[in-house]
Amino acid sequence: MSESCYITQKPIIIQDVVDRVVRPEAGAVNTFIGTVREFTKGKQTLYLEYQAYESMAVKKMEEICTEIKRRWPDAEPSIAHRVGRLEITDVAVVIAVSTPHRAESYEASRYAIERMKEIVPIWKKEHWHDGAKWIGDQKERQPGVPAKEDIQ
Amino acid sequence: MNQLLFFAELQDRVGKERIDIDLEGKTVQQVKEYVEDTYELHKAKEAMIAINEEFASRDTLIKKGDVVAFIPPVSGG
Repeated sequence: MSESCYITQKPIIIQDVVDRVVRPEAGAVNTFIGTVREFTKGKQTLYLEYQAYESMAVKKMEEICTEIKRRWPDAEPSIAHRVGRLEITDVAVVIAVSTPHRAESYEASRYAIERMKEIVPIWKKEHWHDGAKWIGDQKERQPGVPAKEDIQ
Repeated sequence: MNQLLFFAELQDRVGKERIDIDLEGKTVQQVKEYVEDTYELHKAKEAMIAINEEFASRDTLIKKGDVVAFIPPVSGG
């Protein structure tokens, strides 16, 4: 059985992530694909650079999958994230969740991407015509302080 | 000895991804203050700290051999 969560330098093959969750018990597979956007608040991005604390990031992605299975016991999730230099429209993240019925697959998929932005140590650097900046704070509750439930 | 790891903006500012340093007996909060002062890194305050790949609270004590990572606000996805 292949790993359900992984980080790769190479382009993510969407079908590969989907295949990890397809099974006879499922009647729905929800796929979320996060891509590189050209304009953010009117500012043009030339390309993105993603960096990960890879060993910890995979562990945290697996933790999210465990959380999903706790909340939606019949769900089967898989998450892949790409690192390195990504061009506009490239796929940065793919989340696939299979469930017996469709409602849970949407809910679990949404849960996965929101949690990614809280606890998975992956960062993006936006490169523009006139400079570059590491982006943070897209969903910080209190900078520098982990939520109680995220400390083990 | 301990390993101190930096990522993203903090890595750019420190100029290294890893520093070998003895942090045994210090708390997470003390390590943050040390890094803030030594590298003039105000942004260190906003980072969460992971010890051996798990988020740690500010009063956690660093033990011998622990890998201590500064995790600035994440932006994956």
